[in-house]
Amino acid sequence: MRIPCPHCGPRGLDEFLYTQDASAARPKDGGAAPTEEWTDYVYMRENARGPRREYWYHSAGCHAWLIVTRDVSSHEILSVDLP
Amino acid sequence: MCITLHNSQELFAPMRYSAFSVITQALRGHTGWTPAWRKAEPAPHYDVVIIGGGGGGLATAYYLARHHNVGRIAVLEKGWLGNGSIGRNTTIIRSNYGLPGNIPFYELSMKLWEGLEQDINYNAMVSQRGIFNIYHNDAQRDSYARRGNAMLLHGVDAELLDSARLRREIPYLDYENARFPIHGALVQRRAGTARHDAVAWGYARAADKLGVDIIENCEVTGIDIENGAVKGVQTTRGAITVGKVGIAVAGASSLVGAMAGLRLPIESHALQAFVTEGLKPLIDNVITFGAGHFYISQSDKGGLVFGGDIDGYNSYAARGNLPTVEDVCEGGIALMPMLGRARLLRSWGGIMDMTMDGSPIIDKTPVGNLFFNGGWCYGGFKATPASGFCFAHLIAREEPHAVAAAYRLDRFAEGRLIDEKGAGAQPNLH
Amino acid sequence: MTGYRLPAGGSIDRNRLVTFRFDGKAFAGFGGDTLASALLANGVRLVGRSFKYHRPRGIFSAGSEEPSALVELGLGAYREPNTRATMVEIFEGLTANSQNRFPSLKYDLLSVNSLVSPFLAAGFYYKTFMWPAKFWERVYEPLIRRAAGLGRNAGVPDPDSYEKNTEFCDVLVIGGGADGVKAAREAAGRVILCDENPLVPEGLPENVLVLPRTTVFAVYDGGTYAAITQLPAQTPRQRLVRIVAGRSVIATGALERPLVFANNDLPGVMLAGAVGDYITRYGVAVGRNILLAINNDDAAALIPLLAENGIGIAGIVDTRRKSSDHVYALAREAGVAVFAGAGIITAEGRLGVGGAKIRLHNGTMLRVACDIIASSGGFNPNIALTSQFDAKPVWDETIAAFTAGTLPPGASIIGKAAGHGINANIAPHWHSGITPGKSFVDLQNDVTVKDIQLANQEGFSSVEHVKRYTTLGMATDQGKTANVNALAILAEAQGKSIPETGTTRFRPPYSPVSLGALAGAHKGKAFKPTRLAPTHEFSTAQGATFIETGMWLRAQYYPRPGEDWLAAAQREVNTVRNSVGICDVTTLGKIDIQGPDAAKFLECVYTNSWTNLAIGRVRYGLMLREDGFVMDDGTTARLGANHFVMTTTTANAAKVMQHLEFCAQVLWPELDVTFISVTDQWAQIAVAGPQSRATISKIVDSPFDVTNEAFPYMGCAELTICGGTPARLFRISFSGELAYELAVPARYGNALAAKLMEAGAEYGIAPYGTEALGIMRIEKGHAAGPELNGQTTAHDLGLHKLLSKKKDFIGRAMAARAALTDPARLTLVGLRPEDGTSILRAGSHLLPIGAAATAKNDQGHITSAARSPSLGPIALALLANGPARIGEKIRVYDPVRQGDCIAEIVAPIHYDSDGTRLHA
Repeated sequence: MRIPCPHCGPRGLDEFLYTQDASAARPKDGGAAPTEEWTDYVYMRENARGPRREYWYHSAGCHAWLIVTRDVSSHEILSVDLP
Repeated sequence: MCITLHNSQELFAPMRYSAFSVITQALRGHTGWTPAWRKAEPAPHYDVVIIGGGGGGLATAYYLARHHNVGRIAVLEKGWLGNGSIGRNTTIIRSNYGLPGNIPFYELSMKLWEGLEQDINYNAMVSQRGIFNIYHNDAQRDSYARRGNAMLLHGVDAELLDSARLRREIPYLDYENARFPIHGALVQRRAGTARHDAVAWGYARAADKLGVDIIENCEVTGIDIENGAVKGVQTTRGAITVGKVGIAVAGASSLVGAMAGLRLPIESHALQAFVTEGLKPLIDNVITFGAGHFYISQSDKGGLVFGGDIDGYNSYAARGNLPTVEDVCEGGIALMPMLGRARLLRSWGGIMDMTMDGSPIIDKTPVGNLFFNGGWCYGGFKATPASGFCFAHLIAREEPHAVAAAYRLDRFAEGRLIDEKGAGAQPNLH
Repeated sequence: MTGYRLPAGGSIDRNRLVTFRFDGKAFAGFGGDTLASALLANGVRLVGRSFKYHRPRGIFSAGSEEPSALVELGLGAYREPNTRATMVEIFEGLTANSQNRFPSLKYDLLSVNSLVSPFLAAGFYYKTFMWPAKFWERVYEPLIRRAAGLGRNAGVPDPDSYEKNTEFCDVLVIGGGADGVKAAREAAGRVILCDENPLVPEGLPENVLVLPRTTVFAVYDGGTYAAITQLPAQTPRQRLVRIVAGRSVIATGALERPLVFANNDLPGVMLAGAVGDYITRYGVAVGRNILLAINNDDAAALIPLLAENGIGIAGIVDTRRKSSDHVYALAREAGVAVFAGAGIITAEGRLGVGGAKIRLHNGTMLRVACDIIASSGGFNPNIALTSQFDAKPVWDETIAAFTAGTLPPGASIIGKAAGHGINANIAPHWHSGITPGKSFVDLQNDVTVKDIQLANQEGFSSVEHVKRYTTLGMATDQGKTANVNALAILAEAQGKSIPETGTTRFRPPYSPVSLGALAGAHKGKAFKPTRLAPTHEFSTAQGATFIETGMWLRAQYYPRPGEDWLAAAQREVNTVRNSVGICDVTTLGKIDIQGPDAAKFLECVYTNSWTNLAIGRVRYGLMLREDGFVMDDGTTARLGANHFVMTTTTANAAKVMQHLEFCAQVLWPELDVTFISVTDQWAQIAVAGPQSRATISKIVDSPFDVTNEAFPYMGCAELTICGGTPARLFRISFSGELAYELAVPARYGNALAAKLMEAGAEYGIAPYGTEALGIMRIEKGHAAGPELNGQTTAHDLGLHKLLSKKKDFIGRAMAARAALTDPARLTLVGLRPEDGTSILRAGSHLLPIGAAATAKNDQGHITSAARSPSLGPIALALLANGPARIGEKIRVYDPVRQGDCIAEIVAPIHYDSDGTRLHA
């Protein structure tokens, strides 16, 4: 897989790290948000087939966090955005 | 542990496998062998439907039929039986876990492995050749000691070897020139390997013999829920009404779960496995590298079967990436420099349902009569017998088996995690 | 040269004689020969024994699809088993040996397996060897293992080296046949042409890079291809080439499939195309009287080739009811008989083909003498690469072969690989029916027609089941010549068409690749990079023993004559406790954080409060993961209103950096803050002990004041030392003594260490390593790696007071869950042996005294242990309900190391618990 980094251009997979699903936002009201909301954010995943928004870190490159929209069934990269 | 045999009749009577049957059939030109399991057609109703004809599903069906009086049972398999994780793993069986939530469960599995072949009358080539977890520094030694001691406290065998002793047992590791010197190993002698496909076939044959309908090429396309409870499943071979449904679909847990509205603490990742060309006996044990991602054993056929880390990102394409291949092989050569001239014959990818703490789930779901077994991460194969045994117990009695009591779905919300690696809620680190 | 070499022809170098040995016997070939062609030229036909039945095997093909001619190449550490003789270019001195035979190739004892073969049918081992249970590991399995396998691994380190490179191109052409060369010639941009053979096509334009001896063995996402280049008789031995291609052209041609008949594995039974290849490429006649068996017109090209070269043709067996005009015309010209509608029933001979039994169209049997049976069942487009990538091959009835399904993105397929121009007038003929002998489908794994039929009879009806049950297609050739025949035989057994029955797929690699090449240079000491501390030279000169800490090498201890590690470490501790010592602490992560919102940002990532930290002050900070468990800890210094320097643990430096970037870029992009890792930019040395102030004061430039009043505990400053060298000074202490950490630009690391030694000489200063550091931090009860293991909470470590209630921070919500603060959790305590002398070891478990050693009674474990020079054995432990139990005794149980003693539960801080020494 190669990811087109908006800063660096297309780079090989070994430069990047995937961490998590980017579809859910961190609950805005911090510690006060209900536990269910936090549980959902921290632990629960849709994990469906098809396109998915993910956080990738260009660790061996510019250190940018990228939102990569990627089809998890085909590994096709549909778009790469900055957060 | 006490396993009581329920009075289930053997409903079908295909021939028993034995040296005698092999010889007599050989002399008759093998004309008398019958199918290992019937090609069952779906009936309109079952008391229990297990979704997933992999190791977990087949073992569940077998133990349900063997130990519990639950009526008619069917296993629905989307493709050919055993095509998922059970047929594409590195065949390791072990119970060398460190946390109290895990050890008794995997030890039950180990005990079931030890009697499996006689139980199901199928040679799954369970080979207790021992697993050696190599350690490379004092901190790692102490962490392995913690694990080994925990195993002993649970009645599981464990030994901690220093480097001199390890070297006597396994002389061909890189003791001289390693980037991360080899200091010793945690050993579980009762661990080993089993022939993965045979496990699926053996359970299928044994379950079939007890009257379980194993229905291949039957994909579940929907789960019918009424008033908060399961009523039936829709399949590519028609609708089936059900009493209870158990989901055991490693690699597709979230997809099948979604049919019942479940949102699970699971991500699906690709794990590659590798086998070399056949070689004369070279590696007699299962060996894991402590300074990289690499584990290896040799199949009875001669191939070196090895693997490493998952590829690192969500995938439903059973397809690996090249950096991981290179990383795994680097680990292999670093540990065993003699492997340089061994050749990779075949690699394949499987989909792992990785949970947020690296441990599995065997639990009821918020939907009535719907039970879930999944999130096996890397550990599904070795767990197969206990996974089936405990899932059968849960489905039949609607309460968890004691050794699987920690594998609750609500442990994530509550924070009662079983995180062997301490990696936190990031599945690709487990 | 005598034997089977033709007087002319082939692309060999007849002026270069090459001598080699096979099974101890000397032979000669020509430059450009493969081991197979040279052996055939010398009349050697028997080259190996089969996997299961140990039947004699010869050379079957002329390429990488070879299933039979596997040899051990080289000797000693260079021995390379399972090497296809068809792919080895001979070189002077080459040594090869046959494998899987004992005592010799001609007389192999295990060929007895052939006699008992009725008992060894597909899957027999699943049905027996189960009694008694213990016998599997002790008796059956060792026997099976010894009999199975193919060649022998050398068992000693591979002495060769390997390399890797990455190539980028616009167009990758895979396959250097006519179609591939044409595609390469016509392609624009940078073009790479790979072919597994050694010959470089001539006359290609400059934009084409030709990689000969290069097999593209796998396709990956993003237009990435993996290839392996053989570098014969060279070092490095092989090169792994990662090719990133804009698009690719698959021109891999087609592979011939054999006809299946009894004893079709005898040496001398070959693919028809291979017989032709040996003539045209190597000038070798593989036999003198060749029987050709075909079911298509393509293979008929061999007829004139044999005739032109004066090679006898015993006849042409054409399984088609009517042979074609094309075949008749060629046969007539060559003066050879055509047996149409006939089929070979069995090959005859003991160690090689001596004849064949043919069933004629009218059912009569005919014996034909011949020394080679050249068979062609048609061609299979070579689509292995396309099928690696998800797509299922598609059956094309017109050519009776599978063609590629959906291609990988950016790939196209041409020529024979696309199914063009092959299998003219083919009439499939999959096997010769029930015969007395064995008809092999997979030659290497000894899978017969009957095995496939038996698998089907036993319900293994899916193609994948048949493969797994019979091991078909699982050998080193991945069933290149077997899979399609097998599928057809299975289809026949099920009474279905081939597409109804299934398809065939291939997995990477296309052909086997050495692990050495896949690992490349990353082996031995070069397995991972080594990071050296900026005082490495200094420590080396001081006689340090080093230890691997992640990628770093750190000084572990500095032994003096007669000291072991413990004596050295304890002396170093005493030096620090009594006088002054220095220790390189550069490896701790250092992150420089700047910006108007820097303090606000720290509030988000740390659990405790930061906006109120004064400039010139340092604070300990605790970081959680979002799930509420502890992530890391460290001190952060405020150098200015908008400028902080954070330290992390050595192990988590990169992880924390990644985490901060996430928080800043994703979670709180509105905060104006930037940061950069400066771990490698600053050499940082701890100066610890009662004399540390006196030592430091000698090297700081005036007017900087290091008195306790001017620069108290947890102070920090930017200053100059040694007459103008920029530095940062922190008054922080891991040892629990009056201590400083002094940072200078990394290039001054060794110089600073030397200066400090000079300054502290009068106090008996000494360097100390990680062992002494560890003892002192355990004495002080500081949590480190073993406690920050990702399973612990702030509550577990007694750090819950650091969880601010006034602000949001990462992990706040989840850390508040009841299960994370349950007093019954394992919580940090100290331990001291009751007898004062028993050694405590990390990893020991804790049991109530007198309770049985069972899991039920397991109450915790030791995380860190040390032998303190002043206190004796001490430990930190995580114990259920720990803090409430201080003063109790507990059993320390360490059965894996035969440890068992009683310890007293004490507070985690063993030494100077009120911190008097820190503040001195």
